[in-house]
Amino acid sequence: MSGYTAQFKVWRGDVQGGGLEDFKVEVNEGEVVLDIIHRIQATQAPDLAVRWNCKAGKCGSCSAEINGRPRLLCMTRMSVFTPEETITVTPLRAFPVVRDLVTDVGFNYTKAREVPAFVPPEKLAAGEYRMMQEDVDRSQEFRKCIECFLCQDTCHVVRDHEENKTAFAGPRFLMRVAELDMHPLDAAAEAGLDRKQTAQDEHGLGYCNITKCCTEVCPEGIKITDNALIPLKERAVDRKYDPLVWLGSKIRRRSS
Amino acid sequence: MSVVDRQEWDVVVVGAGGAGLRAAIEARERGARTAVICKSLFGKAHTVMAEGGIAAAMGNVNSGDNWQVHFRDTMRGGKFLNQWRMAELHAQEAPQRVWELETWGALFDRTKDGRISQRNFGGHEYPRLAHVGDRTGLELIRTLQQKIVALQQEDHRETGDYESRLKVYQECTVTRILKDGSRVSGVFAYDRETGRFFVLEAPAVVIATGGIGKSFKVTSNSWEYTGDGHALALLAGAPLLNMEFVQFHPTGMVWPPSVKGILVTESVRGDGGVLRNSEGKRFMFDYIPDVFKEKYAQSEDEGDRWYEDPDHNRRPPELLPRDEVARAINSEVKAGRGSPHGGVFLDVSTRMPGEVIRRRLPSMYHQFKELADVDITAEPMEVGPTCHYVMGGIAVESDTAAARGVPGLFAAGEVAGGMHGSNRLGGNSLSDLLVFGRRAGWHAADYATGLGPHRPPVDDTQVDTAAAEALRPFSAEGLEPAGGPPENPYTLHQELQQTMNDLVGIIRREAEMRQALEKLAQLRVRARRAGVEGHRQFNPGWHLALDLRNMLLVSECVARAALERTESRGGHTREDHPAMDRKWRPVNLLCRLTDPTEGLAATDPVRGQIDLSRESTDPIRPDLLALFDKEELVKYLAEEELYE
Repeated sequence: MSGYTAQFKVWRGDVQGGGLEDFKVEVNEGEVVLDIIHRIQATQAPDLAVRWNCKAGKCGSCSAEINGRPRLLCMTRMSVFTPEETITVTPLRAFPVVRDLVTDVGFNYTKAREVPAFVPPEKLAAGEYRMMQEDVDRSQEFRKCIECFLCQDTCHVVRDHEENKTAFAGPRFLMRVAELDMHPLDAAAEAGLDRKQTAQDEHGLGYCNITKCCTEVCPEGIKITDNALIPLKERAVDRKYDPLVWLGSKIRRRSS
Repeated sequence: MSVVDRQEWDVVVVGAGGAGLRAAIEARERGARTAVICKSLFGKAHTVMAEGGIAAAMGNVNSGDNWQVHFRDTMRGGKFLNQWRMAELHAQEAPQRVWELETWGALFDRTKDGRISQRNFGGHEYPRLAHVGDRTGLELIRTLQQKIVALQQEDHRETGDYESRLKVYQECTVTRILKDGSRVSGVFAYDRETGRFFVLEAPAVVIATGGIGKSFKVTSNSWEYTGDGHALALLAGAPLLNMEFVQFHPTGMVWPPSVKGILVTESVRGDGGVLRNSEGKRFMFDYIPDVFKEKYAQSEDEGDRWYEDPDHNRRPPELLPRDEVARAINSEVKAGRGSPHGGVFLDVSTRMPGEVIRRRLPSMYHQFKELADVDITAEPMEVGPTCHYVMGGIAVESDTAAARGVPGLFAAGEVAGGMHGSNRLGGNSLSDLLVFGRRAGWHAADYATGLGPHRPPVDDTQVDTAAAEALRPFSAEGLEPAGGPPENPYTLHQELQQTMNDLVGIIRREAEMRQALEKLAQLRVRARRAGVEGHRQFNPGWHLALDLRNMLLVSECVARAALERTESRGGHTREDHPAMDRKWRPVNLLCRLTDPTEGLAATDPVRGQIDLSRESTDPIRPDLLALFDKEELVKYLAEEELYE
């Protein structure tokens, strides 16, 4: 499918407002959506704002919505679209627009600060840590997160409910709580910090009703709902009192 | 003229990759109020792209390892041009730097007895790289990022403000180091989001901006790598060291064109992957240079046995240092034995089961599947050299990371020169960031504290000049008509990349480098007319127009130094001088700005903007020399060095 002209609609504007702008742009074999955005920049709209960095799916900067679906621009190949299809690129909907495809993702940095950091065990010096691979596997899965914030963007708890943002950390940072809670040497409990309880009380775990939208958009394929959020819910409260956890465990059992 | 917002800090760190964050943590822990400025979002720095691991002689997998062996490997890899004291400190301190990451929450892959696992890599005698699958850089950056947050949480508990002692200015670009006489007084920067200018007043500045790869067309580097720190140092009057040494990583993707250059980690070879040409031959056996003859397997059988029994077999030549492998691939392709898209084949599919590949090399599996429709568990990858790393950089004092000649200026990480000599070993970058990031933060904090209340003031004129320089792209159309029409910064950038790629690339020739210098001079003139549309709010065209200054300065340094060094060594290969020449071993090449007062647009191609000078390296300390056999030293050291 080498060499054709694609029809793009790209949202342009800023905090005052904006709209979709049409571009006709050349597409070559093997290209990804970010290549096309860059071509628009270099040839038609030099001030088109887009955030990107590694262009290899490792840094999580180029998050946007393509035909309404949250995706990384650099990992979305043009070959998944037909040449006739009009491709619409819009900024992440859950965050305030700065300009064009760039949004203010400050919400995520605020939430990151609200999760208490790893607590090193008092009795172990650097170099004395011993952990078995099977005990770190699960937390390592969560540490694959590239912080693209697509899960934060898609999560319906905040996507169309700005008012929930203060009380809800979002999948990414609830997963961070789970990661620390499952870290074999985290000494939070010894320091008087119950991470499971804070997930519920301070980070809004109860808002999550395990629709798995976050897992679906994760470019790293992390099973956010099944491996982080549901176990955290199970640990956080007695399952008798949370029908969603009960339901979740049924769903999981059926699918596995 | 301008009313520019000003804030005061003790230490300002430019760059938020591994070196910058480690420096900031150290400076803050030593009591300095510290600001970090970075071009991208916090946590997105180029360090996330590092895949293979962190080299540190912990001896977890092979207890024969120790800092002396690591030091030896590093010097051999750099063909003895390394600033040896840096290589020594690096080898000694790397294990402590890795262990300390665990106390901040890092989770490395484990050995069977629960310690940090270590993997093999090119040029390292023992399994030495602490790793997390093939996403070690992400683990490093996230751990440092989370440590910064932990410190901010501490400050919040004490002062009620997360940013009272440690603040990250994300998506901001520094365009000038400000000075009072010879001393640093602060930095001038703009906020990318709003386009607003601001000044951070600080007596100590740590440059940790990474590399220069975006001056080359085929590169594994991200857009950030425009040589900003190199240029900032030059403009502040500090010299750059040995800029001719640019590492072309042997294995970048070659197809499809839009991903050409993206890195294929060396772990593929470390874990058993082999290189083959179009005839199916493991050609690396034909390319073992004399200096390495005794250390590498002479047959495929021996090489294959080494993975299981490294004590009684020698390693396969696929694990030679990167410069050797990159040149070999280049030669095979040139000789017509390349793969369909102009690379060679890198195969793991016939070497280990699919499930092992997916577990050990998950990002590679994903990357090829998603971007090239290649299943690496079933077929070989196509790979070729890609511009990856610059060994040259800001000339620094080994122990303190202080830049030469500019009090208050420090540099760490890829932007600093010396540590890796003429060629860096894989895995030595992440450890370099940690060891020297920490040292830079430490000495920057000490220096700032030592000044007490006597801080260099910021000069208003410099602030106004910097503001005018940054605004010039918006008025390009108003320039005199004789100068010609405004130039598109994207076009200029593409021409620069093509020039460096074709004329100062992996194999260099005198005539081509002269041609490159002329082309760079033309581009410099045209870059003065780089114009942009729109306004200052998040305007990528404007950002690129400003970055061009830095790329042009750095590219000239590379070209000039490469023309001067008439030998081939490490990341500098001359077709007209193909051999390593011992006479060049004790020679450093230094680049300085011809006219440090202003003179941005010197257009004379011969004179250019850069002055080049030679200096002799410090003699290697005898106890370090004693770590090598005499017979080996004879291959590297100049006559006069041997008889001292």
